[in-house]
Amino acid sequence: MSDLLVLPVVIPLATMVATLLAWRAIRLQRILHLIGAAGLAVASIVVAVSVWNGGIMHLQVGSWSSPFGITLVADVLSAAMLVVVGLTGAAVGVYAVGSIDGERERFGFYPLYHALLMGVSGAFLAGDLFNLYVWFEVMLISSFVLLVLGNETEQVRGASTYVIINLVSSLCFLAAIGLLYGLTGSLNLADLASRLPGVGEPALVTTIAMLFLIAFGIKAAVFPLFFWLPASYHTPPVAVSAIFAGLLTKVGVYALIRVFTLLFTQDIGYTHTMLLGIAMLTMITGVLGAAAQFEFRKVLSFHIVSQIGYMVLGLALFTPLALLGAVFYIIHHIIVKTNLFLVSGLAHRFGDTFELKSLGGLYRSKPWLAILFAIPALSLAGLPPLSGFWAKFVIIRAGLETEAYVAVAVALVVGLLTLYSMTKIWNEAFWKPLVSADRTSEADSERAVNEGLLPAPSLAWTVTPVVVLALITLGIGLYAEPLAIVADRAADELLLPEAYVEAVLGSGVAENQSLP
Amino acid sequence: MDIAAPLLIGLLTASGVYLLLRRSLLRMLFGLILLSNAVNLLILTAGGLTSGQPPLISGTETVMDASAANPLPQALILTAIVIGFGLIAFALVLVYRTYKTMGTLDADAVAAGTPRDDS
Repeated sequence: MSDLLVLPVVIPLATMVATLLAWRAIRLQRILHLIGAAGLAVASIVVAVSVWNGGIMHLQVGSWSSPFGITLVADVLSAAMLVVVGLTGAAVGVYAVGSIDGERERFGFYPLYHALLMGVSGAFLAGDLFNLYVWFEVMLISSFVLLVLGNETEQVRGASTYVIINLVSSLCFLAAIGLLYGLTGSLNLADLASRLPGVGEPALVTTIAMLFLIAFGIKAAVFPLFFWLPASYHTPPVAVSAIFAGLLTKVGVYALIRVFTLLFTQDIGYTHTMLLGIAMLTMITGVLGAAAQFEFRKVLSFHIVSQIGYMVLGLALFTPLALLGAVFYIIHHIIVKTNLFLVSGLAHRFGDTFELKSLGGLYRSKPWLAILFAIPALSLAGLPPLSGFWAKFVIIRAGLETEAYVAVAVALVVGLLTLYSMTKIWNEAFWKPLVSADRTSEADSERAVNEGLLPAPSLAWTVTPVVVLALITLGIGLYAEPLAIVADRAADELLLPEAYVEAVLGSGVAENQSLP
Repeated sequence: MDIAAPLLIGLLTASGVYLLLRRSLLRMLFGLILLSNAVNLLILTAGGLTSGQPPLISGTETVMDASAANPLPQALILTAIVIGFGLIAFALVLVYRTYKTMGTLDADAVAAGTPRDDS
């Protein structure tokens, strides 16, 4: 039964190998890619259902018992994240088939895409820190290549910042792992959770916690470590930046939540107060950065930063309700943000630019696209009855309960400013008349002739995922209870690490532990 | 001996950070190489620098001898070296591509985005 846990890693791996073998047969690659993406979605749902029914699942790879071997663990949080990865992976995968140009397809877009999904799923399943590091690197290296694939000037420019900052983050992570191993003699998360309270060196443990905070903070793009994100996310093709926007930073947030609920809870007064400050500054700087931008995807990129602030706020408040809010927020955000990037791609398709100043008239020419933009955009700003409303509502309520009034005020103001940014996009791209009247149709036909690579049904390929994701957003908004129950159980598990430790180590294994 | 390893790590880290703060992308890359070596040594040192026997279990035993060295830090470092090698190789090619496209390796000029005319 627990063997199921390898599926979210093995399916992308198999797809990657299969698409690599079909290097020259692009059509075959597309089919394999779609099968793989759908397979991952199904597998993640199967894993989630069995975690929901059977409690925390773990798999000792190669039957090496924990804490000695590699352990894969799925609790409700991991399982929920996997489902979202499966869904967005499939949605963006479909979109990519209709939008990625032939050049990139020939140079291995599909294998890289699945390598990325493998890294992300692996990171959510990793049961020890070194394994988490390795999955981070799998994810990172494939994201590097996806980012520069195509080799346009803009891409190369954004990439150097992205690559160097992320390498520094990996080194911080590795240094923290080394120090933690030296201190405790273990890297298994469950084993660490049971050993750390007995170490008796609170200052040293907090220092290591700060190294982890920097390492994961860079990945999650929190203040003041976020500059690489708006510098790079607007450069690759839309399908790539959509999957980056949806998943990559959230892996950082997941890792933060994991280590700051399971491992570093010995000095909450210090660490979580710091997280609270970081969360507020992240929200503010992100939203102010977005207000100054007039490029569709740059606005959205800065909003990733500000939304990360809400998730970290949920972690910083550290109450059951706040963690519920954080989990709910992550799931809502992945779906909404991915969708907004996909919509920006559709707007680019019709207006042939990402510059808001040059876009326009889309409401008149493509009213359905305006609606498809409005749903995720209003959800991001937190208007009822969409999913973002519930996510913000829960976190703000948790803030009120813990009397963190400043944070609540910041969260509300940032919500308002988010609405301002979304209104700006709406006004510029959809509402205002197009400056040069017949540019749209001209650009459309010109592009179609120039590229000649896009298959005829590609519009359906790109619109369907947007519609599906918008429907999910709407569904979560109108009937939020099931997701809230899931998030509630995930939060309960996070606040009771004993259950996690016991599930992984069992009661008997603990006695066989070797001394550090 | 005990003080030598931390000093070496400190020296490598300091030089790495110094290089990372330079404006040339190539120097930044060299800084990263030094830093990654420093981190690898850090794992080795934090794992305990002991001169033990090779960690082999003889045929009749089931547990390792107490005098054996701890193989785990080395296994971790080996993995980290392999990963680091891949990443640095990629970064080197990227720096080269940046130079080919932008005609400069100055980080400020790259960020300002003035591609070379003749490219």
